[in-house]
Amino acid sequence: MAKILILFAHPAFEKSRVHSQLVTAIRGMQGVTLHDLYEVYPDMNIDVRHEQSLLLQHDIILFQHPLYWYSAPAMIKQWQDLVLEHGWAYGRTGTALRGKMAGNVISAGAQEGTYSKEGWHHYTINDFLLPFRQTAVLCNMQYLEPFVIYGTHRLSYTSILEQAVAYKQMLERLRDGQPKIQ
Amino acid sequence: MEHSYFFIAMIYLAAAVIFIPVAKKLGLGSVLGYLLAGIVIGPSLLGFIGHEGQDIMHFAEFGVVMMLFLIGIELEPALLWSLRAPILGLGGLQVLITAAAIAGLALLLGQPLNASLALGMTLSLSSTAIVLQSLKEKGQLSSAAGQSAFSVLLFQDIAVIPMLAIFPLLAGPDASSATDHTTTFRDNLPAWMQTLVVLGAVIVIIIAGQYLVRPLLRMVARTRVRELFTAFALLLVVAISVLMSLVGLSPALGAFLGGVVLANSEYKHELESDIEPFKGLLLGLFFMAVGASIDFKLVLSMPWVILGLVVSLMILKMVILLILGKVFRISIEQNLLFGMALSQVGEFAFVLLAFTQQNNILAPRMVSIMTAVVALSMALTPLLLLIYERIIQPRFNQAGAGTNTREADEIQEKHPIIIAGFGRFGNIVGRFLRVNGVKATILDLDSDRVDALHNLGVKVYYGDASRRDLLEAAGAADAKIIIVAMDTVEQTLDVVKIVRKHFPHLQMLVKAEHIPDTYELMDLGVLHIYRETLDTSLRMGADALQMLGIRAYHAHRNISTFRKQDEKALKGLSAIRNDKKLYINTVKQRIEELEKLMSNERVTKWNPSAQGWDEQSLIDEANQD
Repeated sequence: MAKILILFAHPAFEKSRVHSQLVTAIRGMQGVTLHDLYEVYPDMNIDVRHEQSLLLQHDIILFQHPLYWYSAPAMIKQWQDLVLEHGWAYGRTGTALRGKMAGNVISAGAQEGTYSKEGWHHYTINDFLLPFRQTAVLCNMQYLEPFVIYGTHRLSYTSILEQAVAYKQMLERLRDGQPKIQ
Repeated sequence: MEHSYFFIAMIYLAAAVIFIPVAKKLGLGSVLGYLLAGIVIGPSLLGFIGHEGQDIMHFAEFGVVMMLFLIGIELEPALLWSLRAPILGLGGLQVLITAAAIAGLALLLGQPLNASLALGMTLSLSSTAIVLQSLKEKGQLSSAAGQSAFSVLLFQDIAVIPMLAIFPLLAGPDASSATDHTTTFRDNLPAWMQTLVVLGAVIVIIIAGQYLVRPLLRMVARTRVRELFTAFALLLVVAISVLMSLVGLSPALGAFLGGVVLANSEYKHELESDIEPFKGLLLGLFFMAVGASIDFKLVLSMPWVILGLVVSLMILKMVILLILGKVFRISIEQNLLFGMALSQVGEFAFVLLAFTQQNNILAPRMVSIMTAVVALSMALTPLLLLIYERIIQPRFNQAGAGTNTREADEIQEKHPIIIAGFGRFGNIVGRFLRVNGVKATILDLDSDRVDALHNLGVKVYYGDASRRDLLEAAGAADAKIIIVAMDTVEQTLDVVKIVRKHFPHLQMLVKAEHIPDTYELMDLGVLHIYRETLDTSLRMGADALQMLGIRAYHAHRNISTFRKQDEKALKGLSAIRNDKKLYINTVKQRIEELEKLMSNERVTKWNPSAQGWDEQSLIDEANQD
């Protein structure tokens, strides 16, 4: 049974419709650690050693966040910049994360169709997530297929609950050894 | 006619008050000003003071003792140790070679051997008072020339001891008639005992300085009677002088030693600032006495002889100094300053000349002539230094500015930050700075606290930071920042006013207690004001919010928003605080604004200042399509 670390970042979680349900659904799951970055580091002063030891204790690292400007909220970037140190996460001696898996759990306001070459946003979600994928590769990790909830602006409460269940099931599959690798 | 003490005091003080500002204005420096004042009020010109000038000079020599105490206290033992080579080498050679050269010349001019030797030794000395005071005024004390001059002067002060011992051996036939007022109890002892006594006295000073003076200072400081501390500081210097005179050592040397022993003390700055004004006045008196003692009648009766003696003596001393400076690798520019600064004969010559007369080594007429020569050489020194400063130094500066920037290395370490007040507040600031590798000079007014911190190994100086001289001693002139964290509002305002007046270049970071004193600080033009409870209160409020389930990030951002708004509002309110009605209305208005801004009524309501993360408008738009 793999251990999953969810690095959750939502600067306006109190306003969240989707992520509040996702978090509720997975809270207390066995083998899953939910790490609420904005709550733990409101001053963005990230404890690098603590984060690294968390990473070492888990096999699968997921960034859960809303998609802001085709990317993650600032906290995730801050986390990456500080925690994924050269010589630890990458570089000749940087082997701490070797063999682990990484992925993104994302909510996007627009419909799935708009994230295509012909669509409103001109690129697919996978295109936008390129920095995450390459970061994983550089850190000798396998990059998982992202879990994306599209069209959140028009999603009804019941649909959100359905998505939350789907998210939980996805985590269970991951945990129990059936990862979908991209 | 006998003048009353008050009349004499008035003459001296008035002369100082009139002449020093004029001399300063003309760029002559205070030493020359005092000398001129002395000449003018002396018997040769106005005759306000008569020949009591000699007695006054003896009294005023105590200023030299105080000066050496102050120099000692500024000098950490480690620094003194690092100067051992120049002190022994440069100083020793200077005294030996100069004394030999002068004695040789005197011999050639037909003086008997004993008189020649006495003259050589007497005239080899330079004036600690004039040189150090002048160099300090010009900020040259820490330059290579200043350090070398200091080393030589220190050796000379030590050399006086054996000289006084040798003089009786040079005594002429009628020496038995010599008065014995210079005899000390040491003289009755065999040589080895004398040495023991001298060593004993030095050890007494060192041990007493370490183990007796510190607790006493603590006790005195704890009484919080200001003048008692001053009295004790004076007592310290006087006691050292008495002890030294008793064993026949130079009081100046003893005071210097006492100063060095206390250089690491937490009361250092306080002692310095207490002794400083006495030293200044006494030195001024001393310089005036030197000026008054120049016998112009004698000088005018044989002008060329005396002038010739003065000039050739100074040139001889200067040449020897320049050669030694070259040997000790002082740069040309600094070497010239070194040579010119030490080319005069020192105040100790007056003592030694009197001694030679008592011992019949020199004829009375010779002594009078030499006294005039010595005084004139001293009077010429500030002029020489002026020439150096105005004519010689600028040439070097044009030639290569590099030499000057190089010199700066030797300036004693001064901290860029002064912390005034090391109570609950300043303490934390200091610790924070320290762990960030920033050293600060710390002043505190609570002697118990100073001791407690001292025991913890934290270097805190006892003293009132609202005193200009103390700030000066703490290096305010060179510092960049002062952190004012005094215990009371009154103290804080005092410090701020003094800093604003005398050290306007210092950035002030000031702790305020509450709103009224914040307003007062604003009125004083303080830009960086820190209300002591503001940040902590907000942090507590934020924690309370979090316990109610509000997100940490939201609370954290609102701390910052609240603080900024509050400080901004306070600036506006400060201007209208005297209009009660307007003030209250504005305060109410500001509170409403702030509440609206932070939207604190319902915990779920979103902060409108964070529109970027608010998707409501996006959701609305999406649903309209």
